[in-house]
Parts: sequence; C-alpha cells; structure tokens
Amino acid sequence: MRAQFVLSEIWIGLRRNATMTVALIVVMTISLLFLGGSLLVGKQVDHMKGYWYDKVEVTVYLCGETSSAGNCGGKEVTNDQRQQIGKDLAATPQVERVFYESKQQAYARFKEQFKDSPDLVANVTPDALPESYRVKLHDPKQFDVVASAFQDRPGVDTVQDLKKLLEPVFKVLDGVSFGVLLFSGIMLFAAILLIAIMIRVSTFSRRREIGIMRLVGASNLYIQLPFLLEGAIAGLVGGVLASGFLAVSKWFIVDQRLRQYIKFTTFIGWGDVFAVIPVMVLTGVLISLVASYLSLLRYLRV
Amino acid sequence: MIRLENVSKSYPTSTRPALDGVDVEIEKGEFVFLVGSSGSGKSTFLRLLLKEDTPSTGRVHVLGKDLARLSPWKVPALRRQIGCVFQDFRLLPNKTVTQNVAFALEVIGKPRGTIEKVVPEVLQLVGLEGKGGRMPDELSGGEQQRVAVARAFVNRPMLLIADEPTGNLDPTTSVGIMKLLDRINRTGTTVVMATHDAQIVDSMRRRVVELSQGKVVRDQSRGVYGYGA
Repeated sequence: MRAQFVLSEIWIGLRRNATMTVALIVVMTISLLFLGGSLLVGKQVDHMKGYWYDKVEVTVYLCGETSSAGNCGGKEVTNDQRQQIGKDLAATPQVERVFYESKQQAYARFKEQFKDSPDLVANVTPDALPESYRVKLHDPKQFDVVASAFQDRPGVDTVQDLKKLLEPVFKVLDGVSFGVLLFSGIMLFAAILLIAIMIRVSTFSRRREIGIMRLVGASNLYIQLPFLLEGAIAGLVGGVLASGFLAVSKWFIVDQRLRQYIKFTTFIGWGDVFAVIPVMVLTGVLISLVASYLSLLRYLRV
Repeated sequence: MIRLENVSKSYPTSTRPALDGVDVEIEKGEFVFLVGSSGSGKSTFLRLLLKEDTPSTGRVHVLGKDLARLSPWKVPALRRQIGCVFQDFRLLPNKTVTQNVAFALEVIGKPRGTIEKVVPEVLQLVGLEGKGGRMPDELSGGEQQRVAVARAFVNRPMLLIADEPTGNLDPTTSVGIMKLLDRINRTGTTVVMATHDAQIVDSMRRRVVELSQGKVVRDQSRGVYGYGA
C-alpha cells in the first residue's frame, strides 16, 4: 500500500468534487454541532438534578390563621400539634433531618429571596407567611410516604415536595435535549444522503481509473480506500469544526450570559465539553465511513 | 494455462446463448487468434477468462485455477497475472505516458523504486523511448496502443488478452503492433487475441479458434482467417 498514491487520489477526488465536499462538511458540521449541543443540554440537566436533588426538601406547612385546607378548620396550629408533628417527623425512618422554620424565619428568607421586588416585600407581614417543617429525606423519591403520613394530620396545611416542583423544569430541558438530538439526527440523515450522492458522482467521474484498476488487479481495498477516506476526511473536518463551534457557544452562552444572570444552579464546565467532543468527531468519521462503504457497495461493483 | 470445459453462457436478455458448449485448451506460450463475426461470442470468451463474468454451465480454468472456486477477493491476484489490451486503448487522458504505465503498478502497491526502474524498460520494449512525458492525445493511434500494451505487459503477466487491438489502426500500424505482440509472445507470455483482421491472421500463421453463434467451429494450428478469405 503506497500512502502517497492514496493521498494524492484522495486530494484529486476532494478537489474534483469541491462543491459537494463543502456541502457535506457544512451539513456534517451543523448536525454534529447539534448532536454535541443535545449532549451538553443533557449534561446540564444532570448537573441541575445533582444540585437540586441534593437540596431537595419536603416542606410541611403548618396551619395559619388564613389557611384554607380542610384539616385546619380555619384555626392556627396549636403548640401540642406543632411539637407532636415535629417529633413524629423526626421518628419517621425515611427522614434524615428536620428543621423548624418559624414565621419570622420564613419572612427573613422571603425578604432575601425577593429583595429585588421591594413592593412585594412591603405588602407582606411575617404573620402572612406559614410556619413549616423543612424535612430532608434520605431518598428524595420517598416523598409519597411522608406526604401520606402527614397530609391529613390536624395542624398540617399542606405537604409540598420541591422535587415535584422541579420535575417539569427538568422535563422541559429533557425535551429540549431530545428535540435537538432529533434535529441532529435529521441533519445526519441528510449528510448520509449527500455522501451517497458524492460517492455516486465521484465513482462516475473516475470510472476510467476504476475500470483500469480492476483490470490490472488492484485489490478492492485499494480501489475503495480513496473514496472511504474522502468521506472520512469530510466527517473529520465537520467534527472538528463542530467542536470548535460548540466550545465557542459554550463560552458565549453559558459563561458569558447564563452564569452571569442565573445564580441558583451550577453549569456545565469545560470537562463536559471535552467529554462531548470525541463523541462528535467519532460520530462524524464513523457515519461517513459507513455511509461511504454502503454507497460503494451500490455504485462500485468490484 | 487455459482450459474451457463445455462452457456455455446465456445472458438473460438474449434467447441464444453467447457461448454454447465450448471446449478449448490453450497451452503456455501459445499465440491464439480468436476469430468470428460480431456476436459470435469472442468478447464473452475473453470476459470469462478474466472472471468479469461467470459461465452459466461448464468450467473455466485459467493459470491453473478453477475460476468457479476462486473466491472474489482472490480475483485481483488472478488479474495481476493477466495483461489486457483493447481496441479503444483505455488510457487515462489526464496522465502522461509514463504515468499511465506506472498507474498499473501503483494501484497494485508496487514500491516506487521498482516502478521507476521497470516503466522506462517497458516503454523501450514497445518502442516509445523518449515519449514518456507525452499526453495520450499527443500520440498517434498506434503509439497509444503501444502505451496500452506497455501497461498490460509492465507487470510481466503470464497471459496477455487482446480484444481487437488493431481494430482502430491502419494496416501498416497494425503490423507494428502485431510485431510487438509477437515479441511479447516470444518471452513466454501466452497471447489470446480476438480479431477481425484477416490479413494479420493470414500473415502470422498461428493457431486459430473460430467461433460462430457461440460454438467452436474451427480450431486449427497455423491457421488462416477463414476458408473463404
């Protein structure tokens, strides 16, 4: 096998189909960029889950004067009820820790949370906020056990699960990730069709050479290799370009924008980007190779 | 060298078989003319030798191998021992004479040193010394066919197959090509040549196999083109 000969054949082939090669690289780049994007969104969801599930609490709100829940009966929780609930929560095996939050503490937290909206804070007094037990579970999935045990207790207004509140957010992000992946798949399909056309055109434009190669006994590999490598190179270039764009996007969108404005979660880091890049490049190269090979079987009878 | 045993070949598009029960044996070092009118099966005969096609029935042995049992990936190795020349030369128009001949060696992975040594030798053998840098369209038809012969012979094949190599050439030029093929035959290479050129067959006086409607109707050593000719 003479590398120089194969390389010059590849170069001739790529140059002869320059327009098509550029089209293939562009489509490859876009599809791989979206593939990488989808993987990164997925990783971001994992980050957020890790961050939030670590903090997830079940909040047992106690009845206040304004509570409308049935088992409050319009009355504020009594001291006995409050103490009993606290003891029982602590005794529940699924519970890891219990904190009590008074109206004053709730108000302090409220003020901190909404410090950007002074009008809202001004309209709320400590009495308007419910007191609560903040419960940390060993396993956040065990929420239902706690909820059913305390939901109907006298003095309990509602039991609220932070995880249930967050779930829709994660669902949306998972949906985004899937949508992007789907789009990437469609683009990859277009790339595969382009490869098929490219192989068809380049085998046609090189039919004389191929005919002579067959005649003088060149091995199948020798005949096919330039075509396979042409596709692989386009896939590789697409993968590298897409990786570059992905890194720039990560820097521009996450580091320059989101991280500045959104403080309540952690974000993907460069480690995540570098974990995704090999996947993109390999996908580009492998898809090109397989598509080229299948097209060759069809258009190049050896 | 070559043995066809009761070989028939039918194409799905034709009612009459292209070859019909052909038995031919060709020894090493022979020079054989394959004659017959158009459609008599000459081209099919040659295609079977290269395993470009497989017979419908019967066996084809080439260079000691039963082609029916030759696995597809061994076909290239077979073709490396067979040189081919065609009526239409089949040169690559964008390569020089030297590059055209070298191409045949490059694509079978010969080292560059070998190529640089044997290409000028074979160009000299076919009488094209000094024309290695020319493009095919700068050459006469006879010269182009010499390039094709050089390409077919550069790997020193055991067998040379020529499909009407003089079909596009004038009689004088044809004689030159035939002298060249004769010279190659004298080095021990078996030559099988399909032709319509009665003058050449009659002047060479070599073995003649005549095909008609896919059957061998004559097999004669030191033969002539046809009884009527």
